[in-house]
Amino acid sequence: MGFLHRHRNLTPYLLLAPGLLYLGFFFVVPLGFLAYQSLESGNFDIGYAFTWAWGNYWDAIRNYSGHFVRSLEYAGIATILALAFGYPLAYWIAFRGGRWKNLLLLFIVAPFFVTYLIRTLAWETILADQGPVVSVLRNVGILGHDGRLLATSTAVVAGITYNFFPFMALPLYVSLEQIDGRLIEAAQDLYASKWKAFLRITLPLSLPGVVAGTLLTFIPAAGDFINAQLLGSPQNHMIGNVIQSKFLELTDYPAAASMSFVLMAAILLMVALYARAVGTEKLTG
Amino acid sequence: MSSATMAERRPLENTLARVWALIKHHVLTVYSLLAFVYLMLPIGVVIAFSFNNPKGRFNYVWSGFTLDNWKNWDGVPGLRSAMVLSLEIAFLASLIAAALGMLIALALVRYGFRGRGATNLLIFLPLSSPEIVLGASLLTLFLNLKVVFGFWTILIAHVMFCISFAVVTIKARLIGFDRHLEEAAMDLGANEWATFRKVTLPLIAPAILAALLLCFAISIDDFVVTYFNAGPRTTFPLFVWGAARIGAPPQVNVIGTVIFGVAVIGMVANVLVQMRRERAAAAA
Repeated sequence: MGFLHRHRNLTPYLLLAPGLLYLGFFFVVPLGFLAYQSLESGNFDIGYAFTWAWGNYWDAIRNYSGHFVRSLEYAGIATILALAFGYPLAYWIAFRGGRWKNLLLLFIVAPFFVTYLIRTLAWETILADQGPVVSVLRNVGILGHDGRLLATSTAVVAGITYNFFPFMALPLYVSLEQIDGRLIEAAQDLYASKWKAFLRITLPLSLPGVVAGTLLTFIPAAGDFINAQLLGSPQNHMIGNVIQSKFLELTDYPAAASMSFVLMAAILLMVALYARAVGTEKLTG
Repeated sequence: MSSATMAERRPLENTLARVWALIKHHVLTVYSLLAFVYLMLPIGVVIAFSFNNPKGRFNYVWSGFTLDNWKNWDGVPGLRSAMVLSLEIAFLASLIAAALGMLIALALVRYGFRGRGATNLLIFLPLSSPEIVLGASLLTLFLNLKVVFGFWTILIAHVMFCISFAVVTIKARLIGFDRHLEEAAMDLGANEWATFRKVTLPLIAPAILAALLLCFAISIDDFVVTYFNAGPRTTFPLFVWGAARIGAPPQVNVIGTVIFGVAVIGMVANVLVQMRRERAAAAA
């Protein structure tokens, strides 16, 4: 320990070293390998060789633009739905939950306690053709006589919305809960209507939660393939389904690797556009 | 003062506002209760269908109550070994990730050092990458280094995506930590290691426990990254995935219900302890 006393400024680096080396070797280096692989050509049988094959990227975009667009579209719609459903709920718990707040929060987190795949399978049961939801919708005429929910984009988006809902609702709750109630009272004392007080005080103060929730929902949703696989049809497949099958079934590694990077670039582009719209300081602060 | 005079001056407006407030109050409450129903619905289905007595392979249609699935919970080949593997991985991964995460969190909260921004970025990036990219990049690493897929590749992957969660959890609790206690210990002649063991560790123990539990929960639930890096091994989520293609047996729901039950009991206990502590603090 004498060593640490003499070199106190080394202590933080010693603390950081094991964890950061781990992340460096098993997170950063693998991304390098993924990039390397994405520029290889060849196939599984004859082997791959690094040839700066930028064509992989063009092929990925040209052949699978539909999947990319669908992924961003589904993830975007699911994010908006989760925000619309989650905001009033988070608001209610934060401002009306009283001393039951923490217990009510449990309801928001509860879906996470059921294995992801099992809760998605449960939606498959609920939305099944013989299930209650389809029969009600058929009877009231929203769905035709042989209308289905499973194997439609509706089912996939509904599944994504449900599965990532806590990622949206929790940050919303945290930012709403931190708001000083006296600010809202002050606005009302100064004759702001409740609605106006909400628009001018509560909503702006909760924006960090909206931003965090949006990103936490959108990013994993855009890469998801489980909902599309279990609740959709091949027409609803997202880019995650393609990447997954190219990696694990078709062993077409360069194509799959380049698609992974296109996916990340697409997500970054959407996040950047979003950041411009809401203001970057809200993204980091 | 103002509310009384206002009530005299603008009685109608005031009543309307009160009615509107009442409606709004209840609309929001009714809405929230419906939202809770929506959140609980699939969970109810999972639990209910663990008692189902399915005719044929598919456990989709309700066809009678039975306890058989619970009695024969490992009556499906492969389910028990998958569950054992999941528990082993979750146990080890959460221990390693919490330890590494604790050290990083201590450095970040306690010390000023060069490279802080880069460290924060390195912690943040795995949290904000789609899982499929994390899984795919590790797969290419292992493929290129000709690593044999199995227990160790799964464990390495799980520790990787758990570290950031551990850092974030522990950091949040460390920020409100009173450093005077440690300084006092050092003033009284304790060296750094003794101070850490006798003062720091007991104080941050709840944060470490929280990180352990979070990592355990994330690890036992992970499908995507594991799917890419499991090779021939099967964790519980991989078992469910495989079973879903040919019709998942009701035993899967039994295990799902048990995991859910354990998690809920743990969380409720935690919340109740917190509420009691708050009440005690308010009374004191």
